[in-house]
Amino acid sequence: MRRRDFLASAVGALALPGAALAQADPVDPLVRALANGAPLRKGKVALVLPQLADNGNSVPIRITVDSPMTPADHVKSIHLYSERNPVPNMANFYLSPRAGRAEINSRVRLAGSQRVTAVAKLSDGSFWYAAAPIVVTLSACLDES
Amino acid sequence: MAARIQIPREARRGEVIEVRILIQHPMETGYRHDDVGHLIKRNVINVLSCRYNGVEVFRADLSSGISANPYVQFYTVAEASGDLEFTWADDEGQRGSERQAIVVKG
Amino acid sequence: MRRLALAAVALAAGVALAQERAIAPGELKSGSAFLGSDLRALQNDDFANPGMLWVERGEKLWREPAGKENLACAGCHKDTSMRGVAASYPKIDKASGKLLNLEGRINLCRTERIGAEPLRYESEDLLALTAYLARQSLGAPIAASIAGAARAHFEAGRASYHLRRGQMNLSCAHCHDAQWGKRLLSETISQGHPNAYPAYRMEWQTMGSLERRLRACLSGIRAEMLPYGSQEYLDLELYLAWRAQGLPIETPGVRR
Repeated sequence: MRRRDFLASAVGALALPGAALAQADPVDPLVRALANGAPLRKGKVALVLPQLADNGNSVPIRITVDSPMTPADHVKSIHLYSERNPVPNMANFYLSPRAGRAEINSRVRLAGSQRVTAVAKLSDGSFWYAAAPIVVTLSACLDES
Repeated sequence: MAARIQIPREARRGEVIEVRILIQHPMETGYRHDDVGHLIKRNVINVLSCRYNGVEVFRADLSSGISANPYVQFYTVAEASGDLEFTWADDEGQRGSERQAIVVKG
Repeated sequence: MRRLALAAVALAAGVALAQERAIAPGELKSGSAFLGSDLRALQNDDFANPGMLWVERGEKLWREPAGKENLACAGCHKDTSMRGVAASYPKIDKASGKLLNLEGRINLCRTERIGAEPLRYESEDLLALTAYLARQSLGAPIAASIAGAARAHFEAGRASYHLRRGQMNLSCAHCHDAQWGKRLLSETISQGHPNAYPAYRMEWQTMGSLERRLRACLSGIRAEMLPYGSQEYLDLELYLAWRAQGLPIETPGVRR
């Protein structure tokens, strides 16, 4: 295979859906930097968000990774990204076999309707991701209390 | 900084237990303005760590994307009786800590 | 004969008041009924409900000696259950004849009984103490009295509730009596009850008092916000308590 074709397909494997709008997507370069050349695969990660946020200041989020969490096969870290927040890398969670289960629950801020992406790094060096859309509306009334 | 931890008081050895923590902190984003229009300086808890009998079993980098009064829930294997100790620090260097004991049987 | 006549008038007035209720007792719904399922679940989670941070702080403060007398609230109140107390406010202070809300009662105790400084509205400590006290009444039905000296305040509060104000020229009744259950942009209008306050409001990203919520409503309709502790707010709080009579206390509420 020619070198140019190989590079093109490698880059394609890293690209997340929506990378066609790469100039507007702040998440893609961050995830590429995280994966540092390793393939990024969809799967193993389940990202649960409400379809419609009650309020963008506090949205419940659950990230679960399908992993036995043994010393030989476990999740090392989970990284959370927002495509619209001013700070795209929302949080990173670091686990070990002592976790027993790769699941994190938290509450996050989301600045408007968008896709949220969770990337898991496994002990074998592989990267897996899931993305979920959410609608976030503004409050009905202004509040200057 | 006030915080609440919830773990089972007792567990069997090897059992995967749920750990929950809620910390009182405004997680000021740095994007809000006060009454007279001045930007309120960013100050968020940026690191949270949990040590189980001194060994780190969980760590998180947090940002302004985590809600005020941050809530985190994760899991850990009940290995031995002892303490789960949480420590955290914010952008201004304020540190907080909270611990909870667990009895592990079997 | 005269006593019978007075009783008849009181009964008629009571009946008249009952008929005047825009929302019948059987139709009362707490604000939590108008939340999305996620925020309702958060409110019901005794651990993760952020308001519980203030309830816990309140419990600590309740037991902490303070003021020139170096007395804790628990010092006088000892182990007496405070259940039902928050549910009976606002009420008339017998000694001064003034209408007090819970904040006012706490500050009266602090200044007159233990020689401590009054706490400001929305201060962490006042929010904590009111949250703790209201939590002691969890599940208790709101039962504020509008009899005797409270009556005039109730009527002033009722007038305030029905007064059109602000750029939008709306009264509380326009939304909360006439349009509850309907949509306002992406939100559903609640009946406007006080039973979950102080509450953790997502818009504030912190705990706030009922008066803060009233101020937020006023700013929402582009009306002038009155200063905290204004008589008009106190009277309105009493009217709202009457209007919510029978609704169980839910403090700390979680609201949008």
